[in-house]
Parts: sequence; structure tokens; C-alpha cells
Amino acid sequence: MISIRDVSKAFGKHQALSDVGLEIERDELFGVIGPDGAGKTTLIRILATLLLPDGGEVRIDGLDVVDDYRALRRILGYMPGRFSLYPDLSVWENLEFFARVFGTTVEEGYEWIRPIFEQLEPFRGRRVGALSGGMKQKLALSCALIHHPSVLLLDEPTTGVDAVSRREFWQNLDAIKSAGVTIFVSTPYMDEARRCDRVALIQEGRILEVDRPDDLVRRFGRPLFAVRADRRLALLDALREHPHVHAAYPFGETVHVVDRRPSADPREVAHYLRERGLTGVEVVPAEVTIEDVFIDRMQS
Amino acid sequence: MADVPAIEVRELTRRFGRFTAVDAVTFEIRRGEIFGFLGANGAGKTTAIRMLTGLLQPTSGDARVDGLDVYTQSDAIKRRIGYMSQRFSLYADLTTRENIAFYAGIYGLGRSDIAKRSRDVIETLELTEVADRRIADLPLGWKQKLAFSVALLHEPSIVFLDEPTGGVDPIARRQFWEHIYGAADRGVTVFVTTHYMDEAEYCDRISIMVNGRIAALGTPTELKARFATDSVDELFVRLARGRP
Repeated sequence: MISIRDVSKAFGKHQALSDVGLEIERDELFGVIGPDGAGKTTLIRILATLLLPDGGEVRIDGLDVVDDYRALRRILGYMPGRFSLYPDLSVWENLEFFARVFGTTVEEGYEWIRPIFEQLEPFRGRRVGALSGGMKQKLALSCALIHHPSVLLLDEPTTGVDAVSRREFWQNLDAIKSAGVTIFVSTPYMDEARRCDRVALIQEGRILEVDRPDDLVRRFGRPLFAVRADRRLALLDALREHPHVHAAYPFGETVHVVDRRPSADPREVAHYLRERGLTGVEVVPAEVTIEDVFIDRMQS
Repeated sequence: MADVPAIEVRELTRRFGRFTAVDAVTFEIRRGEIFGFLGANGAGKTTAIRMLTGLLQPTSGDARVDGLDVYTQSDAIKRRIGYMSQRFSLYADLTTRENIAFYAGIYGLGRSDIAKRSRDVIETLELTEVADRRIADLPLGWKQKLAFSVALLHEPSIVFLDEPTGGVDPIARRQFWEHIYGAADRGVTVFVTTHYMDEAEYCDRISIMVNGRIAALGTPTELKARFATDSVDELFVRLARGRP
């Protein structure tokens, strides 16, 4: 459905994207995951026909983002990272505005956006500037969907919203996907990866990995332990001096340790740490997360 | 002094007209602790923090910050705390060195102190090569580390961090947490507010505010066990929706 080939883009001396290639299937919920400045917004703006790539080619449903941008804009829904509705218009006026821009009416699109818009219905006359963050986000999504696009592009839709709204938002995306919309979403939050069918990890304009979240984790391939001790800094120092430790880094309340050998014994690591005078030592096998995969790929 | 808790709050309450933003909240934070202060938008977090930083008078209850009373010693409190926000307090058009000098000056450090601290910070953060470049040109991860160091320039006993590591890459984020551990190891108390529950998991203890009250307080491990969930995120969502 979306075919991205060798796409590059520079802003002056800064290379925002380098030879990015991705294939996204129809009805897929595809996530691009990476930190601020990795190139996520640049990539989405190219897909949204708002920015020209320096090199490479992008086709969405067979249409070229450069040559066929007019036709393409009719089938694309786009929710930019920065909130971009009209704060001085009401909820309903914003919705009408976006419907009209896309040559349709709110009535025509209403049934389709109803599951998302429903909670906003009681506030339809309210000025958008006076809405809460979670409600603004729902309205922005409704506006991006009002013309029933077949592809939805979302640029960091969950940045700055609280955990409850974040969860509801991902539930909404599942419903939209089930209704036959291909979704391309970017996020800086690694824990959102598991909500996607497939993810691309992006860093400094390059794609590090593309796969299903489960497979990324499965392919990690090295023993991973979660370690605790009374003094975290001393723990990190000791682990980094261990001859078989590939990497040791803070991970929530624990420290994650990657062993360079194909298999390793947590008791051996615990013994080593106690020998070094650490107290409160606990070493258990840890479940690999996307964040561990990302760190590993960034270092190689 | 070592026995006095860094922050001691009893029945702290703040009303705005008929609305009770913070409702008889009680907790204690020990010195050198990394404390995560969580809550949904509108839960009362900001109001509580404004009272603890001496910016807002409570309606009733008690609060002591570094042993100082929030009612009568708010100016002294302001000198004993540091603050860093995700939406940087640094000036983008000034260089690293200029930003350090500016904040050191604001906190009343003398000229020789400023020069010394400035050297220390630049060396510790390995920013020597970019010390005379505009902050705007630095990667986000570096800016965050610098903002943290700047918040510690006047050697506060407590530092407030607002979403300190949002948006940076996973490696920069961990380097940042190691700086936080380092500060805590030196006895600085770290008070973290964040929307992101995975960030909360790095704290020694966390509290979750719901409708002006503290709905949960403990180490992440304790809380996950008590509420039988495997993540702070899940716990937060349940409490915030009012279904513990």
C-alpha cells in the first residue's frame, strides 16, 4: 500500500533521512519508532506530500507523492505532530471546515467517525482552545478521518497526553484499522511498539530494523538479566568491569545486563557482584523489550 | 540536618473557591531519594508542586521543604531548590558557557565560583568542544544533561525535574538517569514529575495522585505487587479511571 524506496532528504548540512526503504501492506498498523530528531516527522511529511524528497521514490496506493499529489491528498488523512486545529472555532466548526476542504460534509462522514467523536459530541459548541489535551487529540483524529481516507498518517499523536488518553487513542487506532484503513504512525515511545503490527526502528535518519515487535524481541539472541543491588552506581561500575558483560544500563528499577556469550548463568553474575562487595544483589532473567533491541542496534 | 526529611507534607490542602485541587495530602521524602510524582492532567500535581516550591500558599496543612516552612520561609526554600523542565529553561541563543554563567549569576554565585563551576560542568558533561556554541545547535540529549547540571549549580538540596527524559534516544536517556543517580548518591533529593510511566519505573518510590489525593505510594515493585499488575502504566490507568 505504501512503498518507500531509497528516500533521502537533507536540510542544509543536516541529513534528515538517508536511503530509507519500507514496504507497508494494506490494512497494516505500521509504527516508526525513534527519538526526537531521528527523521520521523520528515518521513511523514514526505508521505503526506508536504515535503519533496531529495532522492528516491514513494508510492501510496500506486500514486506517486510528487507527481500525483493532488489525487493522493484525497485518500490521505494526516494528523500533524503539532496541534493544528483552529482554537477560535468551535469543535463542530473545525469538523465542518475539514469536511468542506475535502469536498464532503460532516453528515456524510459522521457515521464513520462516530466511535471517536461520540465523547466530544456534548462539547460540539465549545471553543477548541478550551478543550483538554485528550479531547483535542480526539478531535484532531476526527478531522483527519472525516473524508474517509484509505491511509492515515499520524505524527507522534500521543506526545504530551497522559497514560489514560494514550491507551484510548491506541484502542481507537485498532478500530480504525479494522475498518480497512492503513495506518502509518510515528512515536518516540518504545512501549507503543507492541501496539503495532510491524515497526521500523529509526535513528539519525536511518532505519535500524523492520519487523513484527515479537520477532524483533525473539531475534535479540543474547542472554539478558535484570539486576538489583543496594547501590545502583556501584552496581553499574561493577557490571561494566565483568569480562563477559556486553552492555549494562539502567532499566527502570533494575539494571539490564546483556551477556556476550550464547548462554549465561544468573547465579554466576550474582556471585561476581557479591564478591565485589555489593549487597542486596538479585539477578533474574529479563524479558527482552523493544527498548533493549533499540539500544543493541544503536551500539552495533 | 541529615535526619530531617527532604520534604515533609501533612494534610496539605489547597482550595480554589469551591474546588479542592489538593486534598489533605500526606507524605515524606528522605534525603537522596528519587521520588516520582505522578498524576493525570488536572489531578492536582501542579498545584502541589507550586506549594512545595514556595510559589503558592497552601489553604491548610503543613509542608516543610529542606526543613523550611512553606508558609513563612518560601524565599529561603527557593534558594534551596533547583528546577528543570522538559521545555528547557536554557536560552537557545546563548552558548553553553553563557547559559551556565547566566544561571550561576541569578543564584548569586561569585565570579570565581562561576568560573570554577562552569569548568566543572563543561568537563563532567564532556562539552568542552561545544562550550562556545549556541545551545540551539546541540542535540536534545546534551541539552537535557546541561539543563540538569544548571539546575544543580547552586548546590540545592532538592531538585525538581519535569518530564526530564522525554523524547531522547534510549541511550541518552540512560546516561541522563546515571547523572540523576549520581546526584542522589551525593545526597541531592530528586523530585520527578512525568506523564510517562516507564520513566516512573526509574524512581526509588512513586506516588500517584487522583482527584487531589494520593491514591498510591510506594516503590514501583511494591505497587505492582499490591495492585497485581506488571507495569506502572497499567496501575496508573486503573487508578486514574477510578477502578483500583
